Amino acid sequence: MNWSEFFAMGNYALYVWGSYGAAALVLIFNMLAACRRMRSVRRELQSLTRLNRAESE
Amino acid sequence: MATTLVGTVWCVFRRDLLIAARKPADVATPLVFFAIVVSLFPLGVGPEPAVLRTLAPGVLWVAALLATLLSLSRLFAADYADGTLEQLALSPQPLSALVLAKVAAHWVTTGLPLLLLSPLLAIQLYLPSEALGTLLLALALGTPVLSLIGSVGAGLTLGLRGDGVLLSLLVLPLYTPILIFGAGAVTASATGLDPEAYFSLLGAFLLVALGFAPWAAAAALRISMD
Amino acid sequence: MFFHKYASPKIFYGFAGKLIPWFAGVTSILLAIGLYQGLFVAPPDYQQGESVRIMFIHVPAAWLSMFAYMVLASAGAIGLIWNMRLAEMAATAAAPIGASFTLLALVTGSLWGKPMWGTWWAWDARLTSELLLFFLYIGFMALQAAIDDPKRAARAGALLALVGVVNIPVIHFSVQWWNTLHQPASLSTINKIGAPAIHPSLLIPLLIMALAFTLFFVTLLLVRLRAEILHRERYTGWVTELVKP
Repeated sequence: MNWSEFFAMGNYALYVWGSYGAAALVLIFNMLAACRRMRSVRRELQSLTRLNRAESE
Repeated sequence: MATTLVGTVWCVFRRDLLIAARKPADVATPLVFFAIVVSLFPLGVGPEPAVLRTLAPGVLWVAALLATLLSLSRLFAADYADGTLEQLALSPQPLSALVLAKVAAHWVTTGLPLLLLSPLLAIQLYLPSEALGTLLLALALGTPVLSLIGSVGAGLTLGLRGDGVLLSLLVLPLYTPILIFGAGAVTASATGLDPEAYFSLLGAFLLVALGFAPWAAAAALRISMD
Repeated sequence: MFFHKYASPKIFYGFAGKLIPWFAGVTSILLAIGLYQGLFVAPPDYQQGESVRIMFIHVPAAWLSMFAYMVLASAGAIGLIWNMRLAEMAATAAAPIGASFTLLALVTGSLWGKPMWGTWWAWDARLTSELLLFFLYIGFMALQAAIDDPKRAARAGALLALVGVVNIPVIHFSVQWWNTLHQPASLSTINKIGAPAIHPSLLIPLLIMALAFTLFFVTLLLVRLRAEILHRERYTGWVTELVKP
């Protein structure tokens, strides 16, 4: 397996690795964004619980 | 008496025309916008006749699109603000018919003036005179579709803040087929080809839009007003 | 029927929670296999050389952008017709994922185009349609963001998505037609590149990546859907119970 040839991708390195890199970015971004959304919803719920508890006391 | 379907539709149509007649600025502003936008292009790309002649169909259509967009917000806004829209929705007549009446009035006060002004602006862009007739017919078929599709967007964005930018964002992608075939017709005519196929397609778009858009716009209005 | 209970946000929340690890696992495996096949096993193309490997990203991304929009529109329609909250939430959850894959399709389309056509962008039929699809996604998300009332936001979005779905074939056809008319001769080969029969050595990585992307979409849809459920149902008893420390 000639690694330098592999990374060069026949002179198309920029385009091929750019594309695979973009794909990686999109996949990772999607995962992070979804988790971030979940976390912010949980935070919102926590503050709601605190408010409810304060109200009922 | 406006208790029959036709009677009510005519009543709404006449009312909207009357309201527009009392505020000529509402009719004139999109028209002036149309003229200004067309004038911007020579300023931007240079006054060479050959360049302008090639760009003319596209420029005229894009400017017409944008001018129509500008005027869409007033389709339902005033009636929504003073409660008339709710009354229309509550009436025994189908809301889609009343929407069609409003859209027809909108076209008479927006699309029709654009149509009438367009030959003048086309001459400014050196559009060959053989293409002027095609331009008029294409706009005559296309601008009602713009009003119809636009009414759905206006219904969805009823009462939202943001000055109509959101409306433009929603509606412009849907306008692209009309733009493609409308400008295509004029270009074909300008280069000596037969624009008949374009007219057939534009006519088909108009028929389909007439069938579906008022119904979709009425649904959008009900969603927005509930 | 037994699956009606899954229409309840509360029950679906738990169900989705159990599904996510499985989907995530299978997605990872498929991605690994697909990448291996695409980067190592598939041979370089006779005409395009190594740049054909971009196809294993670009085409699945484009397929997924369409698939996600169909999911969005279907979920919206179900929510609109049957007043199903879970379906409304699914439409909202699907949009950002679909939009990001549309963007990926555009970026990789551009990167694939540069070595092939010599320009970073070309108004070819598929890229232009993809661009318009991206605007449709953005419009959907912008509309939902602009409306405060969640019920109105869901229903307005659903109507917009349905209008969009009806228009997509029209837009696609119009753009295709426009493109064949205006295309300079050198570009006409591009639209043929996707069309010829594809060799199995290239087809297999393509299909695996397409499946991997689809399962990735489903996994993330479930994650986002759970967040959406918690958010929309935040005032209900079961959610307040859930959050109690």
